[in-house]
Amino acid sequence: MTGHDTAIPGSTRVELRRDRAEIDGLIERILSLAEARGFEDGARFAIRLALEEAITNAFEHGHQGMNDQTITVEYLVLPDTVDIAVEDRGPGFDPARLPDPTTTENLAKPSGRGVMLMRAYMTEVRFNTAGNRVRMTYRQAD
Amino acid sequence: MAQAESRLRVSDRDGITTVEFVDRNILDEANIQAISEEISSLIDRTDAPKLLISFSNVDHLSSAALGALITINHRVRDRAGQLRLANIDPQIYEVFVITRLNKLFQIHDTTDEAVESFD
Repeated sequence: MTGHDTAIPGSTRVELRRDRAEIDGLIERILSLAEARGFEDGARFAIRLALEEAITNAFEHGHQGMNDQTITVEYLVLPDTVDIAVEDRGPGFDPARLPDPTTTENLAKPSGRGVMLMRAYMTEVRFNTAGNRVRMTYRQAD
Repeated sequence: MAQAESRLRVSDRDGITTVEFVDRNILDEANIQAISEEISSLIDRTDAPKLLISFSNVDHLSSAALGALITINHRVRDRAGQLRLANIDPQIYEVFVITRLNKLFQIHDTTDEAVESFD
């Protein structure tokens, strides 16, 4: 088992329903902790964007119609690092097979940008072997 | 049945339809779907529509919102129309750059510049 398959040590774990108020509440809680730790506006923009994409992917693509199922979100906010894991109860997917949404043939397609944005905005993005859990880390620059 | 409250501010002037968002965050799937349908109905009102979407109130948007904009762009082109985007916050513009969608859309700093750009 690899490190990103296991729980983030010391993290807070939340079961999240597909409910906008619940999702917004969790994101705001994580961003408030990040702000209190000194993460600037640009960092919080990045974390919000990546977290929103990961949660949407989990419900929309991971659960594929299992609308009553919760997803699990773990988060740990430290002075220099925000560590988040999002896990769904679906069969998972292979992120290596995702087409590049920035190529000319894919540019006008309306979907397929979520994982790319997560990778662009977070310092590290790692999927577990099954592909139903993503762990994302944002590190403050020294 | 009561009609859902619009999440858009729409104005028509000199043949150009300008759309602004009520919400600061364009993230929620259901909200994006409603916005997309409302804009689509605006596009379908005329042949060769001239549509200007202003992001002046918007702080955050998701890839689903980008997808909706692409679908709107297709619809405008199918009707031989023109789409312009304007007033995009620098942080959000960066999302367009990273995804290369700044190459797909005609984006202007201000609504005045966007209005001037229509053929």
